[in-house]
Amino acid sequence: MPSSDDEADRIPLSARPEWSDVRPVPQDDGPNPVAPIAYRDEFRETMDYFRAVYLADERSRRAIDLTTEVIGMNPGNYTVWHFRRVVLESLNADLLDERDFLDRMTMRNAKNYQIWHHRRWLAEKLGPEVANKELEFTKNILALDAKNYHAWSHRQWVLQSLGGWENELDYCCMLLEDDIFNNSAWNQRYFVITRSPLLGGLLAMRDSEVGYTTEAILANPQNESPWRYLRGLYKGDTSQLISDNRVSELCLKVLKTGNSYQFALSLLLDLLCYGFQPSEELRAVVEALRNSEQEDTVSSNLAATVCLILEITDPMRLNYWVWRRNNLPSQVC
Amino acid sequence: MGGLEEEKHARYIVSVEKKKDDFEALLIEHLRMNGAYWGLTTLDLLNKIGAIDVDEVVSWVMECQDKDCGGFAGNLGHDPHLLYTLSAVQVLAIVDRIDVLDIGKVSDYVAGLQNDDGSFSGDMWGETDTRFSYCAICCLSLLGRLSKINVEKAVNYIVSCKNLDGGFGSAPGGESHAGQIFCCVGALAITGSLHHVDRDLLGWWLCERQCKDGGLNGRPEKLADVCYSWWVLSSLIMIDRVHWIDKEKLTRFILNCQDKDNGGISDRPDNAVDVFHTYFGVAGLSLMEYPGLKSIDPAYALPVDVLLSSHVPSSYH
Repeated sequence: MPSSDDEADRIPLSARPEWSDVRPVPQDDGPNPVAPIAYRDEFRETMDYFRAVYLADERSRRAIDLTTEVIGMNPGNYTVWHFRRVVLESLNADLLDERDFLDRMTMRNAKNYQIWHHRRWLAEKLGPEVANKELEFTKNILALDAKNYHAWSHRQWVLQSLGGWENELDYCCMLLEDDIFNNSAWNQRYFVITRSPLLGGLLAMRDSEVGYTTEAILANPQNESPWRYLRGLYKGDTSQLISDNRVSELCLKVLKTGNSYQFALSLLLDLLCYGFQPSEELRAVVEALRNSEQEDTVSSNLAATVCLILEITDPMRLNYWVWRRNNLPSQVC
Repeated sequence: MGGLEEEKHARYIVSVEKKKDDFEALLIEHLRMNGAYWGLTTLDLLNKIGAIDVDEVVSWVMECQDKDCGGFAGNLGHDPHLLYTLSAVQVLAIVDRIDVLDIGKVSDYVAGLQNDDGSFSGDMWGETDTRFSYCAICCLSLLGRLSKINVEKAVNYIVSCKNLDGGFGSAPGGESHAGQIFCCVGALAITGSLHHVDRDLLGWWLCERQCKDGGLNGRPEKLADVCYSWWVLSSLIMIDRVHWIDKEKLTRFILNCQDKDNGGISDRPDNAVDVFHTYFGVAGLSLMEYPGLKSIDPAYALPVDVLLSSHVPSSYH
């Protein structure tokens, strides 16, 4: 059976005995085509045979093989995938073979919606015993592109529908060790600590996660993701956020370095707006930053000073910081 | 640096619409309905829609409709899908020919794709994604048939996809992504449900998407891309926070992605142009009120005057 992988050896369908009984159906451009559609010959011929088989609703092994050829040439065509599923179901085909085919296709087209949807259909049919295999597969895809949205969506679906949560937090740790800036891995981490049936939920995980996150921030204070993650750990509980000393001390430590402190100032601003009472040391550090950035301004409170510094150091978002300064709560420190 | 090459972009779009003989055209054949929407909207924003034969467009669009279920396919002979059904309705709205539709039939098809949890599938095979929530809600609103779905459930599903950063993903727990945020915020805007959005938190996340080169990215630590000029900007406008980014720098970034010789806009400077990015670049400039362009509605992704003549209440203006 020739495949689209070795194009040089490809025999046209019209020259293959097993297809001699089929009359290909050309693309119908309708009575008033906007423009006639001209196809590359090989692709056109394959599509003509596909149309014939599809219209005849021929549910056969060769129909599956034909969809394999079409998909190899254009994996984005919904209709071809739909028909393939219909035939696979009718023939009660071996779905593990189908998975092997899909593994190869996905490696070459890792951002194709149809391929991933087909994969979910397949995994759903194969059931919970393939959970680990599916997790392993997405791991291989994420090893090539750790931010592939399709792979992450599939992975989350597998965990929730088929299971396999046991090593997921370790997996997040491993990815973040590779690239601590990987926002997808931070998102997955939050997904695990809030949804895994094995870990006890956000409240049970908060303490250890704050430790992990503050370390990540101290190593790279310019990294947006862990700062947002840290806020997420206190979701809906601002009183805990402002009373946990580790949070304000983290801000202080980063500010003291005098570098990459934009997110630290931003979190400090939120703390102040929530009613946090800053220490003298924290005030002094912020004042020192202001003096180095902007000597003439006088502001009424620490929160306004924080905004002023951000207005200077983050000019692209000047209007945001001005808005924050103009909308500070009346009781803010 | 010069301004927007309106004439060249219009010529580029028309030439792509006509050119169907190369392999690239073949590969996007199945999503030609989307291409028609991108191309026609761009021409309309450029005030160049006159270059198109409306009757030909309408007749081709209607040929793509599945007469049994009422949905539209990406091209002749393909299967219907929600993505192409929205594009078909948008294209007909642009050429002011919604009247050719059997509105009951099309809206039944769309409404039939709602799932028990309020989400929407893209077609009968059940792929679910907040993109499809947007497609369904936008489409039904344009047809004046939102009452055919359970709007409350649809809204609750979208809200269940909200993340700690204020953004939205493709499913509950999915990473925030500017494209998905547009879909979710757009659907919430159309259904009058923006009170579910934490505007200040999301607005800050969205304005953090502006990179040093002035362009916008779709997720932290990703490269800027012209398409996010649409996804991010439209979302910022819908939540009334667009003044938080540096519009001048973004305008320069988009203009730098033009092919000044042959027309068209690319994803980032010096890359190859395509219709998709030409649309997003022009639409982004329209959102920033670039002189000479029609204004576009941030939720319906259609020129505002098209909505007015279709009697659809604009989502923002």
